[in-house]
Amino acid sequence: MTDVAETGFAIHPMDQFIVKRFFCDAAHADCTTNIEWYEITNVTVWMAATVLAIVALMVFGSRGRAIIPSRIQSVGEMIYGFIYKMVEDVTGHDGVKYFPYVMTLFLFILFANLLGLIPGSFTTTSHVAVTVTLALMVFLGVTLLGLAKNGLGFLGMFWVSSAPLALRPVLAVIEVISYFVRPVSHSIRLAGNLMAGHAVMKVFAGFASMAVISPVAVGAVTAIYGLELLVAVVQAYVFTILTCVYLKDAVGGAHH
Amino acid sequence: MATEAHEAAAGAAGHSAGMPQLDTSTWGNQITWLLVALVVIYLVLRFVALPRIGAVLADRSSTITNDLAAAEELKQKALAAEKAYLAALDKARAEAGKIAAETKAEIQAELDKEIAKADVQIAAKSAESEGRIAEIRAGALEAVTEVAKDTAKELVSALGGKADARSITAAVTAKVKG
Repeated sequence: MTDVAETGFAIHPMDQFIVKRFFCDAAHADCTTNIEWYEITNVTVWMAATVLAIVALMVFGSRGRAIIPSRIQSVGEMIYGFIYKMVEDVTGHDGVKYFPYVMTLFLFILFANLLGLIPGSFTTTSHVAVTVTLALMVFLGVTLLGLAKNGLGFLGMFWVSSAPLALRPVLAVIEVISYFVRPVSHSIRLAGNLMAGHAVMKVFAGFASMAVISPVAVGAVTAIYGLELLVAVVQAYVFTILTCVYLKDAVGGAHH
Repeated sequence: MATEAHEAAAGAAGHSAGMPQLDTSTWGNQITWLLVALVVIYLVLRFVALPRIGAVLADRSSTITNDLAAAEELKQKALAAEKAYLAALDKARAEAGKIAAETKAEIQAELDKEIAKADVQIAAKSAESEGRIAEIRAGALEAVTEVAKDTAKELVSALGGKADARSITAAVTAKVKG
């Protein structure tokens, strides 16, 4: 690695994910070790940017309360309608009261993903710590909600009553395992997609410094950037719809 | 933690080995700020943005429903008005025809009456005129005889004769008749 660095050709695709203190000059100080929980880091800054973007779209954009909406207001309304319909369709009428939680998750992930695509920015949702927290919130929230609403009847979800009696214990084990794997797949899917996409872009961008293959590399970065835009939106959508599906188990647990 | 120190040195140079995602020393920081961000977003959405957008959407759909209902009502009104207008037009036309016919008949009757009256008047006037003409004619004849008599008498006296009234009258009468 050191010899390639000497020739000016060095690719560090993972460096973009390093958490560091924001108000810190890397030339004079150590910005990456012993970061305390309260310190302002690039994570803080980009999460603040996410919050501001959401406020700009959902609050500032709708300030006119216009019957005939402005462009930005109609974007906010479209997202509102889209998520509201998703919650209503997937979780049923009882799930609608959890719409603000789902909307919070969707908007946070969507904007964190999209802001992460700005060159030089930091993608908060590419970190396992963030996505695991998000997934655990959903997992614990759904489990506790299910137990609170349905009592021990919530555990009946693992007992597949439509299967032959002999198979039920086996299926119950499988159901329990799959239930506990949910937060893992839920979180790793999001972080993995974003991390891989950003790392691949960085690798191709590194190749762009070689004259021979730079046209190909620049073209590839452009193409992958387009793909990553799609991934950013789709992953936010996937995370949200899975949240709704899990929520349905808790809310509509008695119905299936 | 020798590896960490090594990593720190590498990080200061611009890169570090391994996945930064698995560096658990930054997790506390990330999770803290994530929770702060989520709470802020949730509060903003729950108490400002979502009620507002929901109200706007409800407003809009009720406005559209009301407008459609109003449009339907106005359309019905317009149709009713058109029907009433056509009916009124028909009625007015019939009335006008009736009035025209009535007036015509009235005028005709008046006219006939006037014509009859005028005929009567004309007949009376012409009869009267005929009478007058006959009278005048008779008057004229008499006057001629009278003038002739007087003239003859004057002539006779001028010639130095003694006018015998009876004979002169007889002579003049005979001459005039002659």
